[in-house]
Amino acid sequence: MQHVFSDLWQITKKDLLEFARDRIRLITFVIMPIFMMVLTGFIFPSQASIKDVPIGAVNQNGATGDRLLGVVKNLEITSGNKAFQIKDYKSIAAIKDGIKKQEINGGIYIPADFSSNIQASKQAQVTIIEDQANPQISDITTQTLTNVVRGFGQQIGKQKVSILVSKAGAKGLDAGALVLPIQTRLEGILPGSTNYFEFVAPGIMAMVVMTAVLTGLAASVSREKEQGTLDGILIAPISRLAIILGKAASQSIRGLAQGAIVLLIAIFLFGVTINGSLLLVALLLLLGIFSFVGLGILVSSVAAEQETATQLLFMFQFPMLFLSGAFFPIQQMPKIMQDIAHILPLTYAIDALRQVIILGAGLSQVANELLVLIAFGAVTLVITVPLFKKMIAR
Amino acid sequence: MAKENIIEVKDLTKKFKNFTAVDSISLNVKRGEIFGFLGPNGAGKSTTIRMLTTLLTPTSGSAVIENFDIKKNQDAIRRHIGLVAEKIILYNHLSAMENLEFFGRLNHLPKKVIHERAEGWIKRLGMEDWKDAQANTYSTGMKQRINIVRALLTEPDILFLDEPTLGLDPQTTFMIRTFIQDLNKKGITIILTTHDMIEAEALSDRVAIIDHGKIQAMDTVNNLKKKVKGKGSPTLEDVFLQVTGLDIRDKLGKAKKQSGPPWQGGDGKRVR
Repeated sequence: MQHVFSDLWQITKKDLLEFARDRIRLITFVIMPIFMMVLTGFIFPSQASIKDVPIGAVNQNGATGDRLLGVVKNLEITSGNKAFQIKDYKSIAAIKDGIKKQEINGGIYIPADFSSNIQASKQAQVTIIEDQANPQISDITTQTLTNVVRGFGQQIGKQKVSILVSKAGAKGLDAGALVLPIQTRLEGILPGSTNYFEFVAPGIMAMVVMTAVLTGLAASVSREKEQGTLDGILIAPISRLAIILGKAASQSIRGLAQGAIVLLIAIFLFGVTINGSLLLVALLLLLGIFSFVGLGILVSSVAAEQETATQLLFMFQFPMLFLSGAFFPIQQMPKIMQDIAHILPLTYAIDALRQVIILGAGLSQVANELLVLIAFGAVTLVITVPLFKKMIAR
Repeated sequence: MAKENIIEVKDLTKKFKNFTAVDSISLNVKRGEIFGFLGPNGAGKSTTIRMLTTLLTPTSGSAVIENFDIKKNQDAIRRHIGLVAEKIILYNHLSAMENLEFFGRLNHLPKKVIHERAEGWIKRLGMEDWKDAQANTYSTGMKQRINIVRALLTEPDILFLDEPTLGLDPQTTFMIRTFIQDLNKKGITIILTTHDMIEAEALSDRVAIIDHGKIQAMDTVNNLKKKVKGKGSPTLEDVFLQVTGLDIRDKLGKAKKQSGPPWQGGDGKRVR
């Protein structure tokens, strides 16, 4: 027993050295998190990210319609980038046809009586056509177009009301306040606004780190079993605990390194701000890893071959990916899914990471999540270590 | 004076579910001898070796090695034995010295001792120019030489050699055989598993032939030869074929059923 730590360290050191020399594994190790971050970062749309979305426009009205289309055309959500790219069409039917052909992701129709109705102080109408095949883009597009039309309408309303106010001689009345008596103001905990990427980055980070441990540990044990090198370790007079913990430690170090890569990409490529303490982020990742070591040992013990291990892991990983709230908020899920999500340690790690990274939460605010991770890790280790000892000499 | 037993095996059995890989075998190995352990594929050789080297837990029976029980005193036994298994125990991305240092440290040897011992054996086996090169640049013969050095680092009393010359060229085979004899002269007891009857005959003081999990014959090579009928000057191969028959064990069908469950290799060894 007195040698457990030095034996453990020998195994960790050997695993890391072997890994560092294996170019293919090293390249995959670095590329995988980059790949995942860049993909999710650029693929998932957020309002800020709409850029050059092609939309069709039919203007049967003339100058007033052109003014409205001008506003749409020049709209910039991120500076320097036009939100929409307008293509002229002849009719609503032509726009719909264009959407079917996926030439455009939506449309706006301004009828001939648009300006005459405005002038006559009747309610004018603008039709927005949505692309139902593309719900996410369509949501953002229709919402943005509706806001533009509403804003345009408010401007006109303000002008009309201010004329009425001056005619009535009612001084001190604000036309803007009459048109829009209540204004909403959004206030967050932090300055600026968060985008989808800021939501998803902590999720990816936790996932990459923990699955690295889960898959890495099982793969490492089954690879040594298959190559025969495990016999060389098993025939040494060392505790079986040192073997599995040594392997777990090397995988944890690798997991943390991958976590750091994800964090750096998030900060430098996607402008994510870490509002909380970096040390707390590291602690959360470390405990997240700890919570997964037991499961990794379980898979390593049960799976005799590398292929079986991979299949078993897929069974764990795939549902976890979606249920843990890495990509979609858990609150949107049905009750039963939410219950399952709350059994998974990944859910707690992601939750806590988000609180620290986005909201700047401190140790006391994520204490519950930390305790869950520690408890999960401890319980699974107590169950799986004896199992590993038994399976290895079966 | 009769030599003392260094290994005493009694009714040793290993079952994998319904399949009995090793069926109640009993044998003794004397200190300082080269003991040939022969048998067709799937006969139970490697399973026996794995039990004796503490890598596999027996289902029943007992084995005592250097007075230590294989079920109770595994770590003590591990300090007395060395294993050259069928699969070469070396990490391809590590150099010979890094491999040796790793396995030596796992056996709690100080670095200095590891280097002293390793350098000697490496020189003896002609690997001194390669000791710092990664193992993935080695030929099979070179890997096997370092693999043997690894097994010798702890200066074991007993060395288990499972097919040590399998797939090697005649030069390396000759070098390794001579080396095994040298080690034996230094007092190391050798348990040798091989399919090469010439090798077994040349090296072994005594041989045991195992088939279908049971010991079918065990004696000195000369005594076994005397039992062969109908041949003028029989070889060990004649003995082997007379004892185990001519059926090919790896064939599908009946022979496959005999050679073990699907998770086993043809040798009765677990494929993991």
